[in-house]
Amino acid sequence: MSVAACSGCAAVGAPQSKPLRREPTETRVLRLSVPDLHCAGCIAAVERAVAAVPGVAAARVNLSQKRVTAEVGAGVDEETLIEALAKAGRTAKALNADLLGTEEDATGRSLLAGIAVSGFAMMNVMLLSVSVWSGAEEATREFLHWISAAIALPAVAFSARPFFRAALQAARSWKLNMDVPIAVAIALAAAMSLYETAYGGRHAYFDAALSLTFFLLLGRYLDHRTRAAARSAARELSALESAEAVRLIGEVEERVSVDDLEIGDLIRVAPGMRAPVDGVVETGVADLDRSHLTGETVPKAVATGDAVESGALVLTAPVVLRATAVGADTSLRRMAEMVEAAEAGRAKYASLADQAAKIYAPLVHLLALVAFLGWVWASGDARLSLNIAVAVLIITCPCALGLAAPAVATAAAGSLFRRGVLLKNGAALEKLAEVDTVVFDKTGTLTTGAPRLAEAPGDDALALAAALASQSAHPFAKAVADAARDKRLERPRVENARELPGKGVEAEMDSVAVRFGSAAWIGAEENEGAAVWLRVGDEAPVRFGFAETARDGAADLIAALKARGLAVKLMSGDGPVAVSRLAFEVGIEDAASGLSPADKIERVAALSLASRRVLMVGDGLNDAGALAAAHVSIAPASGLDAARVASDVVLLNDDLRQIDVAMDFAKSARKRIIENFCTAGLYNLVAVPIALAGFATPFIAALAMSASSITVSLNAARLTK
Amino acid sequence: MTILLLLMPIAIALGFVGLIAFFWAMRSGQWEDLEGEGHRVLIERDAPLED
Repeated sequence: MSVAACSGCAAVGAPQSKPLRREPTETRVLRLSVPDLHCAGCIAAVERAVAAVPGVAAARVNLSQKRVTAEVGAGVDEETLIEALAKAGRTAKALNADLLGTEEDATGRSLLAGIAVSGFAMMNVMLLSVSVWSGAEEATREFLHWISAAIALPAVAFSARPFFRAALQAARSWKLNMDVPIAVAIALAAAMSLYETAYGGRHAYFDAALSLTFFLLLGRYLDHRTRAAARSAARELSALESAEAVRLIGEVEERVSVDDLEIGDLIRVAPGMRAPVDGVVETGVADLDRSHLTGETVPKAVATGDAVESGALVLTAPVVLRATAVGADTSLRRMAEMVEAAEAGRAKYASLADQAAKIYAPLVHLLALVAFLGWVWASGDARLSLNIAVAVLIITCPCALGLAAPAVATAAAGSLFRRGVLLKNGAALEKLAEVDTVVFDKTGTLTTGAPRLAEAPGDDALALAAALASQSAHPFAKAVADAARDKRLERPRVENARELPGKGVEAEMDSVAVRFGSAAWIGAEENEGAAVWLRVGDEAPVRFGFAETARDGAADLIAALKARGLAVKLMSGDGPVAVSRLAFEVGIEDAASGLSPADKIERVAALSLASRRVLMVGDGLNDAGALAAAHVSIAPASGLDAARVASDVVLLNDDLRQIDVAMDFAKSARKRIIENFCTAGLYNLVAVPIALAGFATPFIAALAMSASSITVSLNAARLTK
Repeated sequence: MTILLLLMPIAIALGFVGLIAFFWAMRSGQWEDLEGEGHRVLIERDAPLED
């Protein structure tokens, strides 16, 4: 990324600088993903903006990972930092540490240590081997072998532990995986070489045992790096539940744990809180935001007697609920159970590497055994036969195979990350390449989730509406206020403004009553579409119409997917009018509306049963189940935790066109992996007959192994563009 | 060939120096942000000038 591409820094003046360190109190570490980080200016601006937030002790940008880490005291959370960064002109998203790879990565470090040790030992032993190959005789050769043994044996014992452990585990359950031939080859090569050294033999394979370990650990490490910790989306859903609720007994309020609530309890829910249990409204009138639960964009007004689901966000005014379902019976818990069932039902994916290992591992053992028995029968010399069997094992050892897939996945994941696409595991690429049907959610996925003012009567009316709207947390009110701010309109002064939940806002301007709200309340003629009305005194009401904003590149993406010959579907929980309008705007013919989360799972599962490979793209709670049920899934970073956890791929910036880019990468990655397997196979095809015939020297083994591993890595590197 | 007795310990010792340097680098977080450090050189500290 060049400095010139850094438009963010040119457009935004750096905020006032402040000292970066403050007195430490009890600190936590927060991590945010900041996709638009390109240059030194970005680093400085983001670090200053975060450090300037009160309560932040220190901030540090990691440019490679495009994220900022902040040490914060009590009272600072992700939201505070995201707001501060938004003011500095930066979009940031809270991403869990385990989604990005944990900071204290013990496995990764131990693999890296293994690579370092085996690499060091390999180079030293190789150096000594060169003297042996170039003709050291008798005492000198034996001396060199003994030094090699002194270096190689401890190094193998230390670095190859991961393979021995995995092979032991597989052997215990009577299974053959890729680790068994690896462990056997390494152990046999080391033991055989020690025996040969002790009896003054000509050939020792210490360098082979070490380079095997080195190259395979490299593959293992790359594989580890492209794999985020697996988490359960169902557990993330439960995290949305509030832990505490305010119970009313008579006039007395008390805070109780949600688990202690019983059916019939009265619960007070303040604006900005989520309903802790299912219930009906006892007293109060309010607007509920259910967009994450159902996909509806327009908030629903509820009054006494109306049902409220757990997890619904109360927007405008406090309500008192009478609990109708608690504990495991709430709709949120039932949804979590559905997601769990979908997760469990997802078939374990056998990657290309797994499939190759399944054929390859037994073949290798068989070949070595045949070589051993054949030579014993032909020559009667057990020592020579064992030597040849070991040579076969070393040459066929899946060195290049172990690198083939992870090297490609790493190269592709790195390139995609720079384009704002986070792959959570290497297999996601392979799965993405197989997709033939793409299913989209609407709210928050194809659209930005927030309504936009599409139809305004005039600047004066808009300014007045904005003055009233600033009193409300309703999404329509926010859209009006935003539109007025964008036009830089001066808001007129209004007095006695108050919000009537479920209706709108009323106020006085120059002692004339002004109302801004729903058609029924204003007394306007109700017609199609999402709209709010403004009425000044007895004048005729004027209409403000709203539309959803399609995300950047939504229409382009769908055209591109269709051009690939994929079936594109829209599955939304929203009403038919909103769904068909957006479907038309972005160009999807097959659109379904009014679907519950269970319907979505069912439809995705039905497609899978019809042997379709489904890519699901969704962001909300209502999509989590479908995301888990699909063959492969993508969530925008703005989605809920549960959706991001259920997905294989996360889009870090808002541009949907990156999905098309990711599919391109997936296709070429798949091609490269297959090419790599073929290359590795070709090397074996040439080297195995040599080994079987007993002509394989340690020199030939070293040559074949290094050459195939390097070819495979270079082929993978072609994806880094 | 007696020169080997001198050369080999030297070669192995040098290898060890490299290995130890790698472990030191890994532990002190040199691999955490490979791109960022290069850019950080360009950041001007706005500390007041000393007299």
